Amino acid sequence: MLLMISSQGDSLHSQPSLRFGRAPYFIQYDLNSDEWAAYQNKAVMESGGAGVVAAQFLSDHETDVALSGRFGPNAHQALSAAGIQMQTFDGQYETVQDVINGYKSGNLTGVS
Amino acid sequence: MNALKIAVASGKGGTGKTMVATSLATSIVPEFKVNFIDCDVEAPNAHLFLRPEIKETQPANIRVPVIDEDKCTACGICVQICEFHALAKLMDRILVFPQLCHGCGSCQRNCPEGAIKEISRQIGSLKAGTTGAGIQYYRGELTTSEPMPTPIINQVKKWADPDENSVTILDSPPGASCSVVATLHDADFVLLVTEPTPFGLHDLKQMLGVLSQTGSPGGVIINRDGIGDENVEKYLNRTDYPILMKIPYENRIAFGLAKGHILSEFMPVYKARFKKLFQTMLGRINGGRSR
Repeated sequence: MLLMISSQGDSLHSQPSLRFGRAPYFIQYDLNSDEWAAYQNKAVMESGGAGVVAAQFLSDHETDVALSGRFGPNAHQALSAAGIQMQTFDGQYETVQDVINGYKSGNLTGVS
Repeated sequence: MNALKIAVASGKGGTGKTMVATSLATSIVPEFKVNFIDCDVEAPNAHLFLRPEIKETQPANIRVPVIDEDKCTACGICVQICEFHALAKLMDRILVFPQLCHGCGSCQRNCPEGAIKEISRQIGSLKAGTTGAGIQYYRGELTTSEPMPTPIINQVKKWADPDENSVTILDSPPGASCSVVATLHDADFVLLVTEPTPFGLHDLKQMLGVLSQTGSPGGVIINRDGIGDENVEKYLNRTDYPILMKIPYENRIAFGLAKGHILSEFMPVYKARFKKLFQTMLGRINGGRSR
């Protein structure tokens, strides 16, 4: 089960990003092995279509669940088409690790 | 005289682009055949001053891709080719995002399976008419919620199709983004309107950066002269861009504009000033051509 969390930095201690397509980094977290990896989000520099590029990236990395503050309309459509679940968090989460813990305990908000 | 294009742009919004563009157009007609194109397709407003009678309207369409699922092998070439990320490959299917599509046609031309056809999608409309003073008037209108102004700007410019011996005045959108570049990239002269404030200077610098890329000659009008500070003038004195006119910050100008009147009509002294400005621009354009 692979999570991808939008993040301001490149570690589990980084502040999570409330934006999806324009997040500076994505943190991939494997719930089965607790292994993680950080990826720079190349979509952040795009003049348009960042949400689609980011969703394509998640799909190519076989993400099961995307966690972010908010998903734009294009990202939402693309992630839905890719069969990737979406859950949102708010500004109270201080680190990516907190978001992961919040996901594990079922405290995040599902997006249909 | 060849067909001449003069773009009026600003960087900062609300500096007086439309005031300048409408005054310039009104001052040189009927001596010259004048086309006026309102390229601010997200919020066109020059018609409030020029009051043209609209005689023709046509849809502004772009061609967007449709995937033939039977032929598509989901090879993903179209996704890699699309500069605008209007296509994505998800779960072995190609998904189209029509609102991101610029209608360039690259996906269709590069699909090895011939699985992409294009359909028309309306994103706005084009309008044309004439004003009482005899100005040929054109504008583009982007449909509310559509994100992409540039195709409409290109279409309205193409539609206007200025002939020899005409002067075309392009009223640009604010900012220094794609829609501004689409408006002024082929202009013979770019007239920048700014105000003497830090914000005016900041955005003016951005516009001078755009002009250094497009290579168009340009000059600056300082509007609301008397407010703010000296820094715009000081800055321009260190560049090759001349200050062509200063328009003072005056109540009667604001009152006249608020009534929807054209500056060079309610204050005729400006008619003479804009005529002279036009001659100055002609001189600078021809000077540049002979070099």
